[in-house]
Amino acid sequence: MNTSALVVMLTTMLLVTALMIYFFVKVITIPPKPEPDSYLDNDDEVDRQVPKPQ
Amino acid sequence: MSANKESWGSRVGLILAMAGNAVGLGNFLRFPVQAVQNGGGAFIIPYLVCFFVMGIPLLFIEWSMGRFGGKYGYHSTPFIVDTMGKSRFWKYIGVFGIWTNIAVAAYYCYIESWTLSYVFHSIIGTFSGLDQDGVSNFFGEYVSLGVSTLGVPYEPIVFYILCLLLNTWILSQGLASGVERVAKIGMPMLILFGAFLAFKGFTITAGENGAINDSSVGLNFLWTPNFDQLWSPTVWLAAAGQIFFTLSVGMGTVQCYASYVRAKDDVALNAMSAGWMNEFVEVVLGSSILIPISIGYLGIDRVTELVQSGGLGLGFRALPYLFYQWGDFLGAFSGVMWFGLLFFAGITSSLAMGTPWIGFLMDEFNWRRKPAAWSFGVVVFVLGMPTVLFFKYGVFDEYDHWAGTVSLVVFALLETILFSWVFGIRKGWQEIISGADIQVPNIYKFIIKFITPILLLWVFLGSLFTPKGNDWSAALSGNWILDNSSIINRLANTSLKKQLAAATDPSQIEFLQDQIFFVNAARILLLSVWIILALLVYVAYKKRLREGRI
Repeated sequence: MNTSALVVMLTTMLLVTALMIYFFVKVITIPPKPEPDSYLDNDDEVDRQVPKPQ
Repeated sequence: MSANKESWGSRVGLILAMAGNAVGLGNFLRFPVQAVQNGGGAFIIPYLVCFFVMGIPLLFIEWSMGRFGGKYGYHSTPFIVDTMGKSRFWKYIGVFGIWTNIAVAAYYCYIESWTLSYVFHSIIGTFSGLDQDGVSNFFGEYVSLGVSTLGVPYEPIVFYILCLLLNTWILSQGLASGVERVAKIGMPMLILFGAFLAFKGFTITAGENGAINDSSVGLNFLWTPNFDQLWSPTVWLAAAGQIFFTLSVGMGTVQCYASYVRAKDDVALNAMSAGWMNEFVEVVLGSSILIPISIGYLGIDRVTELVQSGGLGLGFRALPYLFYQWGDFLGAFSGVMWFGLLFFAGITSSLAMGTPWIGFLMDEFNWRRKPAAWSFGVVVFVLGMPTVLFFKYGVFDEYDHWAGTVSLVVFALLETILFSWVFGIRKGWQEIISGADIQVPNIYKFIIKFITPILLLWVFLGSLFTPKGNDWSAALSGNWILDNSSIINRLANTSLKKQLAAATDPSQIEFLQDQIFFVNAARILLLSVWIILALLVYVAYKKRLREGRI
């Protein structure tokens, strides 16, 4: 490949891939908000329930 | 009370579904062709700029509008936008968010059915032993409902119905059990298939298996920057247009999916994650398959000629033949990968198109999900059959132009004005950052209020008054002659009338007269559907008034 094409291609692909991974990793590592949240799968996780007022 | 009590299963599922909504056939068939036609590697600069100043803002706007409407129990755009503007007419603007989806699904499911059919034909070896003309003719005969290789009469219609049944059944299973489950399977499969084909695209060697060029020739063709083109408004308009189609903004589907997110949950990070996932599929995978493989085997001149008619020609007429240059097994396997990834890209988008209609019926008329989903299938079938039966008369292209192109720009422009000027950027900004898991840069407040609407207005006006031959310098110097692709000339059938005036062959004259008839009939049909939907919104509004829900 010629140098300018290689530079444009690699810069673009690396930038886009890095940002895609960065945001996706952020999504899966940020702790979810306490129940009730928008998602069904974690409804039964005990440590995510909001304590009931005494 | 609304019968609509659905939820997403997981956050990752929502993001995959939203990315699946955005990732479509255009990521693999439209983007590389647009890049080649608009300056090669230099296209990526306006493309990314448009993504930052138009794509991301529209994602923020639509995600937060959806979540805002969801607070009030609305899951389709007519009443979502109604909550944001005081004037009663906004809910009729919101009709675009249902109409576009139904009209686009009508022809989109037809292309999706081609991919399903081609997966099947790749498995049974239909393309094995055919030369390039044979593969190309197969496609021509297929879309003209010609001879069926399977012996099934009207094979394309059978596959179209199969595809619609599959979509409808998945939609009837609900958000978490249907749409989200398909996205969780479809998106990883799509990326896997795409990675395999991209690897093949990067490793073509001239002289091996009939290749006439190395991969680098195709990649140079696609990525070598032509910076002179950067100053052309045509290139910027093409880049802005591509951002629209690729992100599925201006359709009402993003709002619909986001309306099932609770008020305290994040939309900003979700929007960025789904948006960048779409960009990865488009820029990294989409650019590494179609053009490098085609140029490797056909050469630059032939590919330049083929891309004039868009990516569909290359994808369906050329690639099945080229795959067989790798041998019978790898040819069939790659065919399954290619059409399989197009099928997954298609179905994750067409499922999204069904959800606004289903949400509307459930919210406003208390329909249950299953009958609402089946009604979508029936409506799409009735509206889609003209695109199948009268494909050669350009009915398919009419649907694509009005519903799949013009309507997106109009709705996106109006929703941006509503969000930043009517609802107000102060409240709008609060909606975007409320519950956000990332820090949204403050510059976006300015971009959303000023830059995005101006860009959208420019895209709309550029399409309305496109100058002849896209020669903007001649147009701006006072010689503004409309191109036949401009909305105004297209509406007046200028190109068809010119062809008719020049035609001398009686059969051609008859064909052109029929074409004008079918093109006008398609427009009347689409307009009628819009009016019927607007009437349904009016009935729903009156029902809400009677029930004291407004």
